[in-house]
Amino acid sequence: MVATTRKVNPPDGDRRWKIVEATMRRHGYASTALIETLHSIQETFGFVSREALNYVAESLNIPPAKVFGVATFYNLFNLNPVGEHVFSLCTGTACYVKGAGEIVDFMKEEFGLEPGQTTPDGKLTFMVARCVGACGLAPVMILDGEVVGKLGVEEMKAKIREWVNHDK
Amino acid sequence: MTNEELLAISEKEQELQQQVRYRIMVCSSTGCLSSRSDEILAALEAEVKQRGLENEVLVKKVGCLGLCAAGPIVSIQPDGILYKEMTPEDVPAILDRLGGEPLEEKRIDTHQPFFTRQKKNALENAGVVDPERIEDYIATGGYAALIKVLTEFSPSEVIQEVQKSGLRGRGGAGYPTGLKWSTVAKAEGEQKFVVCNADEGDPGAFMDRSILESDPHRVLEGMIIAAYAVGANQGYVYVRAEYPLAVKRFRTAIRQAEKMGFLGQNICGTPFSFKVDVRLGAGAFVCGEETALLQSVEGNRGMPRLRPPYPAQSGLFGKPTLVNNVETYANIPAILRNGGEWFAQTGTEKSKGTKVFALTGKVKNTGLIEVPMGITLREIVYDIGGGVPDGRKFKAVQTGGPSGGCIPEELLDTPVDYESLKALGSMMGSGGMIVIDDRSDMIDVARYFMEFSMEESCGKCVPCRVGTVQLYNLLGKFQRREATEEDLKTLEELCDLVRSASLCGLGQAAPNPILSTLKYFREEYLAKIRKSTPVEEA
Ligand SMILES: Cc1cc2nc3c(=O)[nH]c(=O)nc-3n(C[C@H](O)[C@H](O)[C@H](O)COP(=O)(O)O)c2cc1C
Ligand code: SF4
Ligand code: FES
Repeated sequence: MVATTRKVNPPDGDRRWKIVEATMRRHGYASTALIETLHSIQETFGFVSREALNYVAESLNIPPAKVFGVATFYNLFNLNPVGEHVFSLCTGTACYVKGAGEIVDFMKEEFGLEPGQTTPDGKLTFMVARCVGACGLAPVMILDGEVVGKLGVEEMKAKIREWVNHDK
Repeated sequence: MTNEELLAISEKEQELQQQVRYRIMVCSSTGCLSSRSDEILAALEAEVKQRGLENEVLVKKVGCLGLCAAGPIVSIQPDGILYKEMTPEDVPAILDRLGGEPLEEKRIDTHQPFFTRQKKNALENAGVVDPERIEDYIATGGYAALIKVLTEFSPSEVIQEVQKSGLRGRGGAGYPTGLKWSTVAKAEGEQKFVVCNADEGDPGAFMDRSILESDPHRVLEGMIIAAYAVGANQGYVYVRAEYPLAVKRFRTAIRQAEKMGFLGQNICGTPFSFKVDVRLGAGAFVCGEETALLQSVEGNRGMPRLRPPYPAQSGLFGKPTLVNNVETYANIPAILRNGGEWFAQTGTEKSKGTKVFALTGKVKNTGLIEVPMGITLREIVYDIGGGVPDGRKFKAVQTGGPSGGCIPEELLDTPVDYESLKALGSMMGSGGMIVIDDRSDMIDVARYFMEFSMEESCGKCVPCRVGTVQLYNLLGKFQRREATEEDLKTLEELCDLVRSASLCGLGQAAPNPILSTLKYFREEYLAKIRKSTPVEEA
C-alpha cells in the first residue's frame, strides 16, 4: 500500500477528472484503489481510455503494464468508447434456456453487430452480460440501463427495433 | 446502543406500523422494479394521500416476495392478500376493496405449494421489511442478536453456537461454518479481516442479490457477529458491479448502522471495534473463488492461487481472513437469536437448515424459494415450481451452475443436500436451479457451460486454459455430427485431465456439465456420432 502525495495532472482540462481524483484521494492514493478508480473512470466517461490508464498508473504509482493488465482482466471495463445507445443482452443460463441465443443472431443480422461491437455511426453498442440477476424474468435485456424482461423472442426483437428507432 | 435502547426503537417502530389499519407493501427488488413497481409505489402513495387515508394506510417499499415471474407484486397486510402483475391503473381498485372482497382476477393464491412448502430463515424478512430503513429491521428483532452476543457471549461461545447449528457455507462447497470461524479465531495476528463474498457469478443464480436488496442489515449483522467471534476489525463486502441496487442498499445499511453505533469504534459501548467497506467486482466469474477474490480486493487481477495456505491463515494482505457467502452470513443472526439447536432441527443429518434456490428456466413458478434441506428435487420442480409449462415434458434440472450438472427425471426423488447432489455428479453450488424441457439438446447445454468456463478461465494454468477450449471444440464436433467414436473417448479422457490437473475450482469443476450429460443422456452423444464412412464413399 504505497501512498503518494505527488500531484499528477489529468490528461486534459475536462472537469470530470475531479471525480476520478476524488476517488483516488478517498483511498489515500493507495495502489489497492486501482479497481475502484477504474470503476470511477468508466462511470464518469463511459469507458477507460489509454490516457486514463496512464494517469491512474502515475497517480497511484503503479507500473502502467500492471494497470493495463488489471483493466483488461475484468470484463466490465471498456477500453473503447461505447455508442450513444447501449444494448446489453443477458446470456446467463436462464436467459439462454429461454432463447437469448436467437437475439445474438438477430443483432448480427439486423445491425451487423457481434457482442462488443459498435455501429460505424457510433449510435449503438451491443454487449452481452453474464446474468444480471433478474433470472426470474428471463430472457432479460438492458436498454440503456433499463432492465426489460419477460418477453418472448419475437416481442424482444420488436422492442429492440422500436427502441433503436426511437430518436431517429 | 444498549438492549433497552434497541427495544425502545423496536417498540416505537411497531407502534407506528400498528397505528395504521393496513400496510400495503410493494416489491422493490430488481425483478419487480424492471416491471415498473416504482410507479405503482408512487401511485399508491399519491392516491392514499388524495383520499386522506395517511393515518389508516401505510405504503411501504419492501424486498423480494419471491414469485418474480408474477411481478410486480403487492401485498396487503394484515389480510395476507397478494396481488400479481399490478399496474398503476389497478391502484384505485385495490384501495376501494381494502377490508372488503379482494380483486379476484389479480389475486395470487397463497395456499398453493409455492408458498406453503417453503420455510424461511435467510429470507425471513424479504418482502416484509423496508430494506432502506434500519428501524424496520430492528422492529423485527434485528440487531438484538448482536447486542446479546456482545454483552453476554465470549467469542468462543459464539463459535460454539454456530458449530452447534451445523451451518455449512452456502457459497457452494459446504464447508462447516463454525469450523472455519474457529480456524480464523485461532490464527495468530493482531489484524484480521472478515470478507463477504457477494460476487455471485453463477449465471442463473440471484439468491445473494435478492438477500442484499431485501434485507441488507441481516447480512451486515451476521458479518459483525462473525468479526467479533474471530477477532477482526475490518470487513469487506465484495459485490458484483452488475448489482447496482444491492450495492446502493448495502451502502445505505452501512451508513445507518454506523450512525446507530453498530459499526465503528467501541460498538455498543464494548471494547469491540469494526468497520466495513464495499468493494466492487468488475465482471470476472473467477473472482468468486476466494483466493482470487482477495487478490481483487487488493486491486490486482483476480487470479486464484494454490491453497494451502487457506485464507483463514493467510488471506487479505497476508493476514488471517474469514471468507463467507452472503446467505451464510444471513443465517447467522437467527442462529444466535434462537440458538444453534433451533437451526439444527431443520434439514438432514449432514445438511442442516434451509437453502435458498433461484428456480428458473422452463418451470411455471420462476422465482426465489427457500426450502428445508432434504426436500426432494421433484417437490421443488413440481410442487413448488408448478411443473413444466406449455404442455412440454420435463427433461432435466441443472443445479450448481457451471460447476454442476444435469439431473434427469428418474433421479428427481433425490433429497437436496450437499452429499446427495454430489453423488449424482452435480452440486449444490450456490443455488441456481434451471429446469430444462424436451426442446433443449443436452449437448447444447453442456457446450453452453463449456463456453462459459472457457471464457471465464483466468488462464493461469494450462489444463484449464487449453483444456476447456478443446472440450468446447469437441462438443462442437458432436453438434455438427462430425464426431467419431474416437472423439467420444478423447472427450472423456480430457474431462478427466482437466478435472484432476487444474489449480482451482473453476477448472476442476468445468467438466461436470459434460460428465453429467454423458452419464444421463449418453444416447444423445451416441446419436450424434458419425456412422463410419461407407466404403463406396471413401
Ligand atoms: C470458480 C469459483 C467461483 C465461485 N464463486 C462464488 C460466488 O460467487 N459466491 C460465493 O459465495 N462463493 C463462490 N465460490 C466459493 C468460494 O471460493 C468460497 O468457498 C466461499 O465464498 C466460502 O463461503 P462459504 O463457506 O460461506 O460458502 C466460488 C468458487 C469457485 C471455485
Ligand atoms: S483452474 Fe482455470 S480459473 Fe482456476 S487458476 Fe487454473 S486457469 Fe485459472
Ligand atoms: S440468466 Fe439472465 S438474468 Fe440471470
